[in-house]
Amino acid sequence: MSAPAPDGARALEIEDLDVIYRVRGSDREVLRGVSFSIGAGEAYGLVGESGCGKSTTALAVVRYLPRNGRVRAGSIRLAGEEVLALSRDGLRRMRADRLGMVYQNPADALNPSLKIGLQVAEVFRVRGVARGEALDRARDALVRVQIADPGQVLGRYPHQLSGGMQQRVVIAMALAKDPALLILDEPTTGLDATVEAEVLDLIAALQADFNTAVLFISHNLGVIRKMCERVGVLYAGTMVEEGPVETILHDPRHPYTVGLIRCIPRGGARKDRGRLDSIPGFLPTPGERPPGCIFAARCAMAEEICTEVAPAMHRTSERHGSRCHFHERARELPRATAAELGETLAVDRSGDPLVRLDDVARVFNQSGQHIHALAGVSAAIWPGETLGLVGESGSGKTTLARTLLGIVAPTRGTIELEGRTLPPLAKRTQEDVRRLQIVFQNPDSALNRRHQVRRILLRALRKLGDLSGARAEERLHALVAEVRLADRYLTARPSQLSGGLKQRVAIARAFAGSPSLVVCDEPTSALDVSVQAAILNLLVELQVKERVAYLFISHDLGVVRYISDRIAVLYLGRVMELGPADVVFSGPHHPYTEALLSAVPTIDGGGRERIRLAGEIPSAAEPPRGCVFHTRCHRKLGAVCEEQEPPLVEAEGGHLMRCHIPIEELRRVQLQEPDAIAAGVAGTADEPARGDGAPA
Amino acid sequence: MSAAAVLPDVVPTRVRAHARRETVRLLARSPTFVIGTLIVLWWVFCAFFGASIAPHDPDAGTASTLVAPSGHFLLGTDTLGRDVLSRVLAGARSILTIAPAATALALIAGTSIGLVTGYMSGWVDDVVSRLTEALLAIPLIVLAVTIVVAVGHSTFSLILVVAVLFTPLVARTVRAAVLAERDLDYVPAARLRGERSWYVMFVEILPNVTGPIIVEGTVRLGYAVFTVAGLSFLGFGVQPPTADWAADISTNYGLITSGNYWWTVLFPAIAIASLVIAINMIADGITQVLER
Repeated sequence: MSAPAPDGARALEIEDLDVIYRVRGSDREVLRGVSFSIGAGEAYGLVGESGCGKSTTALAVVRYLPRNGRVRAGSIRLAGEEVLALSRDGLRRMRADRLGMVYQNPADALNPSLKIGLQVAEVFRVRGVARGEALDRARDALVRVQIADPGQVLGRYPHQLSGGMQQRVVIAMALAKDPALLILDEPTTGLDATVEAEVLDLIAALQADFNTAVLFISHNLGVIRKMCERVGVLYAGTMVEEGPVETILHDPRHPYTVGLIRCIPRGGARKDRGRLDSIPGFLPTPGERPPGCIFAARCAMAEEICTEVAPAMHRTSERHGSRCHFHERARELPRATAAELGETLAVDRSGDPLVRLDDVARVFNQSGQHIHALAGVSAAIWPGETLGLVGESGSGKTTLARTLLGIVAPTRGTIELEGRTLPPLAKRTQEDVRRLQIVFQNPDSALNRRHQVRRILLRALRKLGDLSGARAEERLHALVAEVRLADRYLTARPSQLSGGLKQRVAIARAFAGSPSLVVCDEPTSALDVSVQAAILNLLVELQVKERVAYLFISHDLGVVRYISDRIAVLYLGRVMELGPADVVFSGPHHPYTEALLSAVPTIDGGGRERIRLAGEIPSAAEPPRGCVFHTRCHRKLGAVCEEQEPPLVEAEGGHLMRCHIPIEELRRVQLQEPDAIAAGVAGTADEPARGDGAPA
Repeated sequence: MSAAAVLPDVVPTRVRAHARRETVRLLARSPTFVIGTLIVLWWVFCAFFGASIAPHDPDAGTASTLVAPSGHFLLGTDTLGRDVLSRVLAGARSILTIAPAATALALIAGTSIGLVTGYMSGWVDDVVSRLTEALLAIPLIVLAVTIVVAVGHSTFSLILVVAVLFTPLVARTVRAAVLAERDLDYVPAARLRGERSWYVMFVEILPNVTGPIIVEGTVRLGYAVFTVAGLSFLGFGVQPPTADWAADISTNYGLITSGNYWWTVLFPAIAIASLVIAINMIADGITQVLER
């Protein structure tokens, strides 16, 4: 990276920024003394968990704070100009000319009733460009974000484009004015891994071309690592650590950063090799300002001085600072969760499986089209094991889970529980209903917001455990203790609980009747990483105790790898690969799995060369002939892939694959090509959990 | 012991006002809601005690007919010499019996239909929705008059007519709210513990759609006052000599042109208008607070 430019040339300089929100008559400080600067052409990352003030910082820069928010002190200079002193008109000019913004949900950023062309052209129109020329320039802007057929896209409405395409359009609009600063607020959070990788590549390429300064906000350290040179770690509105990304990741000097990095399941972390670490406690409520260090209440190293004196930003090197009294030994932070496992569960696959899916297919009729959501899926789950399910959105993961549970009836094929064929839900016995349960992705939606926790759980105990009265009461207390909820939360309603606590309630509900199999449908994707670690630990603990099997759906490959015994990779309603978790991750793998793995930005390892998948996932209404993956496959053999669908065959012990390429050939090309030697998520199994970045 | 064990206990309890208390507090601060409520409460008071606080007997005629508003008859008298003020005060009773009763019936029936059609979807939904749409296609007053004539005059038949007219409207609103709720995961979660449909509808979903139902109920109440007044005006409502605002307007409106006896019509009309507007103000206040 270049040395800091002279003062006037910095793209963004924030000094001692204090932002307060006025809530019910009292001021709550959401940002306190935040300072950082971004040089011209530099990409700066802001990372932290939800509620730490990342988005507030971005909103303050564009002076777009909510009505009850205001900047109390500090200064924000954009290319040397004080943003806070701008007049109404000056502010409008600044937003129109010098700032580009991209938010998380592209569908919200685009006007649904205006054609793309009109919206992109408006960026130029607002700056005084004539109508015809503005449209021409809109076309050029789309070309720059690598939209293949800009003429056609200009004439479409936002809903006719995929999420990745919409985000490209938003990026095109943000970059169209050649801004001094581009603010990206979680720009890829809602996108699939493969699409995310494409959008990130695009942003990186454009940033290099235009030499635009970027403020990149994300909760995902892997993404920050890929995109940024320097990063600031925010905690409860305070910048606790700042420095070059690689230094922060490999030599963190603040206990919060240390904890945050340890929470992430990565490298070869697996449930039978050790627990994940977590950060105890909760984010302080906004406005709560202890006299000492903001993190002291949750810090295992905190000493007396930490609760009394707020630490200054200590410079540990020229470019690296930490707001910790004991920054030189922050890495010695004791683990909050012991790594050792009490006992582990050995899965016995010699007996009969618990659940067997046999050639399950489901076709949905959608406005005259036949959507083949599942096209003949066969799999088995043994008692006490976790089958991980991965694949892009639209691959049929959720339909498969819902078919297993009986919410959706299969069009073809059978679902067996211990050898008995299960009918759809309405016809199942209460006993079968009890044995198959689910933990949903979003606890806000899964818990009835009008019912108290107590009522939710008692009802589950009554229906699933056939308990009532004093015995239900007794079991209720045991149940909440099992999911580590305090009794006092029983009288709370879901809205009064944090996301992690809500998910614990949902887990308790699923376990009320001692189920045999629990479907976990992305149970941690709505949670922060530190909470995710605690929930994953809980799920593993319950699995050992209750010998329950999981069907675990997730798009986070690190999480899937951590918790799964075996993994099934789904594409267009078909199992492309199924095998032991380590084998699927370390390879040789199906070309689709290979592409998925390479798309994920990781926080350690050099990372492999990313495999670019051509185009988007084909429509399930008209799946391609032959191998369904041939349209995007980077290892396509030729005509055989286009004409014959390969069968799912056992390539080696317990490892099934649907590919025309023999496994030995895959092993040769994947594991011996120098650029394909994997690290990161796909690292070898014996790589230490706290890898220091060296490729295996 | 895992750290998760200490998690819940180190957190300071987040003190959050109970949602319902918060709603009441916001309503109390809304001027629209407060003024509307005061006016409605005044008319409710009159419905109970109007006849007792009236300065004269509302039904007894006197020799002083068509006296203009003056010190003795504050709002004047009508053709039979009855005190207009007393009749306005006493007339609150009939309309404030019929309109709320009809609205309540419509809410109960409409909510049930809306829950079933929204939750069941499929052919049940199709059939019931088409039927209600067919009912809505017939002009309201024509339908009302037809039913009253068929069923016969009585307070009860009037309540029934208005309830029947409003049920499909309530059902439509509830159905839309239920459709949105049905997509939330707590519904499949209930089915996955073997709950029956009626339980899912009435115990799980219903508490979550009370907001739209309350708003719809208030709006419907305003229209019910309107409709009942309209039917009374046409002679299908409360029969003379019982004091009734719309019936009094109907009896006296000829006098506006034949002589300048405006007070016989104006004051009952103001009473109707104030009640309808006040109810709508309440509805506005509630909508603003619930949809904040």
